[in-house]
Amino acid sequence: MSNAAIQVQGLNHYFGQGEACKQAIWELNLEIERGKLTILMGPSGSGKTTVLTLMGCLREVQEGSLRLLGSEINGASETQLTGFRRKLGFIFQAHNLHESLTATQNVQMGLQVHGPGNAATQLAATQHMLAIVGLADHMDYLPGNLSGGQKQRIAVARALVSNPEIVFADEPTAALDKESGMNVVAMLKALGKSRQTTTVMVTHDNRILELADRIITMEDGRIVGDTKL
Amino acid sequence: MNKLLTRIFGRLPIGWLQLIHSKTRFIAAIAGVSFATLLVFMQLGILGALNNSVIAPYEFFEADILISAEDANTITDGSNVARARLFQSLSVPGVVDGAALYIGNMEFKLADGTSSTLQTFGIDTSKGDFLSPNIGQQLRLLRDENTALIDTAIRGVAPSVFEGLATGKPFSFEISDKTLTAVGVLELGGSFFTDGTLFVSDQTFLRFFGNRSSGAPNHILINVDDGISVDVVAARLRDALPASLVKVQTLAAATTADQTYQTTERPTGIIFGFGVLIGVIVGIVIVYQVLSTDVADHLHEYATFKAMGYGQSFFLGIVFEEAIVLAVFGFIPGLIVSLGLYIGMSAATGLPIEMDPQRIIMVFIGTLVACIISGAIATLRLVGADPADLF
Repeated sequence: MSNAAIQVQGLNHYFGQGEACKQAIWELNLEIERGKLTILMGPSGSGKTTVLTLMGCLREVQEGSLRLLGSEINGASETQLTGFRRKLGFIFQAHNLHESLTATQNVQMGLQVHGPGNAATQLAATQHMLAIVGLADHMDYLPGNLSGGQKQRIAVARALVSNPEIVFADEPTAALDKESGMNVVAMLKALGKSRQTTTVMVTHDNRILELADRIITMEDGRIVGDTKL
Repeated sequence: MNKLLTRIFGRLPIGWLQLIHSKTRFIAAIAGVSFATLLVFMQLGILGALNNSVIAPYEFFEADILISAEDANTITDGSNVARARLFQSLSVPGVVDGAALYIGNMEFKLADGTSSTLQTFGIDTSKGDFLSPNIGQQLRLLRDENTALIDTAIRGVAPSVFEGLATGKPFSFEISDKTLTAVGVLELGGSFFTDGTLFVSDQTFLRFFGNRSSGAPNHILINVDDGISVDVVAARLRDALPASLVKVQTLAAATTADQTYQTTERPTGIIFGFGVLIGVIVGIVIVYQVLSTDVADHLHEYATFKAMGYGQSFFLGIVFEEAIVLAVFGFIPGLIVSLGLYIGMSAATGLPIEMDPQRIIMVFIGTLVACIISGAIATLRLVGADPADLF
């Protein structure tokens, strides 16, 4: 058995039904190693986000095999999928923070998914994480009062606070200016390295390619390039 | 509040935080629930007033059994009962005493031109045992010809008109060109059918209602021996009297039957019953609308939570939390406004519109259940949806 974090074999995915059915992913085979930053690239509609959401258990696998940390997720029940999702961290294109919760409370949601736990320990872990992403001074701010970069950093803190084994990021820099974008990705990379986290990121932002350990290029639902740096 | 809720739920009180995040929307949602509550309270209040006003006249009497004409559904309608039935009844074992009761409506006019309809009860002045203590004690005052006990709460008549009575100064007025003198008081007020009540002796009654005969009262009241069951005597009376002409009911059963008849067979009762039903339906629709809009507005955030690994029970928890907050916060102003409107409506109509604790509890539980069910339905769209499809 391979030690890869993610193994994909013969993965097909379709959107729509009947006549309108359109294949988005074609016979995809892929292995992603642990502890590395892998970037998925490609033009719009190439299927990279679909692959990411399939691997992140946000979409039901239709055909083929997808193993996360050694477990098959094709055919997993809703309860099992919920269990898998708890082991993963997901950073979205939009920060997707809860507008009614403060920075601290948003990050706490990343911990409480594992159960109520000890409130004091959770708060300490949350504050530590927010300090790491440079928001020690903004712990009690509501997202509405923070800048785009700050919000995305909270989202990173929320995804990483429970020490997930795999982190998925869907164009995390899309809504950010160059400097904040670079900061967020550099932070992700550094945190991944120190925690031995596997990071898979979708982007078409050329500025951040230099930080990648591996770049996979997709087109029309197929892998057309695979470079290890 | 946050700390308290966090302790209760073992998690952040997201529902609560979500609701209070936008104050205007929170107030609008509460106003919606309050209005639903108010609607139900008003309809129940009117229906309750009908029930109360049907029961009220029965409460003047403390008889065990009421003998009425076979076709009588309420205290006033139906044929008369032959007084001979009273004498027949007295020979039935277990019957201690009986009294004939005459009922009619009189037009009461004041010098300023106001006119009210008074439900008038005529009874033998020696039969105080058949009446509630307050009336029973005053009955002997009616032995003088053309005297009456008058209702001090007649609809449309200021209570100050009867103030003199309390100091022993009789109050005389004209009815049907005859003078009637009030020598005592009672307090009932208006119902859906009449504006007030008058008690007179049977002799006075027959003098004022020239077309009525002493041989044909409206009802016969019966009291039974202490040692014997009322139901047993009622059964004996039924055997002794012709079932085709009279019906024998305990006073309690007659009250209930009248109430049932008024609320389920008379148009007024049916209309108010429909009012309650529609109030409840509109209330449920408002609550559902409030909660499902809230779920729709936060679908993004819920999808994110789902992607993070939160399960359906978590979302149900949030929505239930919101449902309970809305139910509690919406119920209180709804109740307060209803109480105010009850007082206003009661003053304007003279009807006995009152809040009773049972109704408060019932409506609160109803509000809570409606909120929770609406919340559960509103979260259904999250079940089984792929988080990726929700963004």
